[in-house]
Amino acid sequence: MPRTIIPFGPQHPVLPEPIHLDLVVEDEKVVEARPSIGFVHRGLEKLAEKKDYVEFVYVAERICGICSFIHGQTYCQAIETLMNVQVPPRALYLRTAWGELSRIHSHLLWLGLMADGMGFESLFMHSWRVREKVLNIIEATTGGRVIFGSCKIGGVRRDMNAETIRNLLQELDAIEKDMRQITRVFLDDNSVKSRLSGIGVLPKQEAHDLGCVGPMLRASGVAQDMRTLGYAAFKDIGVEPVTRAEGDCYARCAVRCEELFQSVGIIRQALEKIPDGDIAVKVTGNPAGETIARTEQPRGEVVYHLKANGTKNLQRFRVRTPTFANLPAMLKVLPGCDLADVPMIVLTIDPCISCAER
Amino acid sequence: MGYFEMSKLALKWALTKPPTSRYPFEPRRALAGSRGQLVFTKDSCVYCTVCAKKCPTGALLVNRAQKKWAIDRLRCISCGYCVEICPKKSLDLSTSHGSPAVTRDREFH
Repeated sequence: MPRTIIPFGPQHPVLPEPIHLDLVVEDEKVVEARPSIGFVHRGLEKLAEKKDYVEFVYVAERICGICSFIHGQTYCQAIETLMNVQVPPRALYLRTAWGELSRIHSHLLWLGLMADGMGFESLFMHSWRVREKVLNIIEATTGGRVIFGSCKIGGVRRDMNAETIRNLLQELDAIEKDMRQITRVFLDDNSVKSRLSGIGVLPKQEAHDLGCVGPMLRASGVAQDMRTLGYAAFKDIGVEPVTRAEGDCYARCAVRCEELFQSVGIIRQALEKIPDGDIAVKVTGNPAGETIARTEQPRGEVVYHLKANGTKNLQRFRVRTPTFANLPAMLKVLPGCDLADVPMIVLTIDPCISCAER
Repeated sequence: MGYFEMSKLALKWALTKPPTSRYPFEPRRALAGSRGQLVFTKDSCVYCTVCAKKCPTGALLVNRAQKKWAIDRLRCISCGYCVEICPKKSLDLSTSHGSPAVTRDREFH
């Protein structure tokens, strides 16, 4: 059978961000996928040499437009570890609530893109309709829709009063009801299930060996979630990783659907238990030393490595994003699949290329 | 496993008013606390230059001798850091985003 190379991306209807794959196909079966990335590299790691460590929170938040808050939070956590800053408990609870709101809006965005990818336009519109409600909560509490700008070294910038919290919890009930209607279609509808089941199967051992993270790993049956490390308020709020055993596209979709409700539960717990007190402490001096910080983003574990030498600029700033960790697994599952299934497999890793390339 | 799971939802929304607003006929209502355009109050400013020094994008320029405060609207990211640190509370973030900036010219006050 002669082989043909089909270019996939960087511009493709299912790709919100640019990644290029050269798909080597035999008839309509993919036998090899050769990736090329680097279309949206912005040199943000190098920027740490120009921006001081306080200003850099804004840069860290802009690494990704969807998990922006958790990027800022991870950076702040790393600096706080270096400088031995004790963040007030109220700030930790607020960070947890905002982090989970960002997870809900990211997963709803992904569910919409997934529905769009398989041609289910009405489901796509409904997913984003619900996401808009979450964005309104985020805008009302932080001031921004996707760039929260509310995390700073030593705490958070904005507080939520009792009335805001009450309104937020009420709104969350309505959002949960809407999400139930949407996820029922994703999880139970025959057309969705037929399109996703048995495609791009990643066995448990391979997922572990290839260093997968996040829903991609959990959908293959590995119960790994960085929230169990107990950062922010997760030491008081227990998290049980959502897992599925199948490891196919449907399992990845199901894990994200279930995580939506898990996040709603975490926000409820965080806002009901939130302690009174300050929301930030004053931070003086410059960081020195070397540290890593790990948090769970909507797409999986993110690792920040910071090296500081006592000056106001960091010596080295390095980020390992979840998409970068999931790319090898994507390349592993592509060979053997049908050409028509490639968009589904690429989408199920929830690729965030601007994150991966920084 | 079910068939036509979407039908109920689609039918409900076919008979409901759209959740989207009729922009531009119906302008977007800004939410309280939204971070919009930076607003400068000339009367209380002492031109201490703290905002210009701390601005993470270098959007602000302050000249103490000439008593001039300037902003490059295309650079401002509405982060609110200057509002937080201004000792005289001369800066504030409006909830509205204002008209879009189209030139790189600084706006002088």
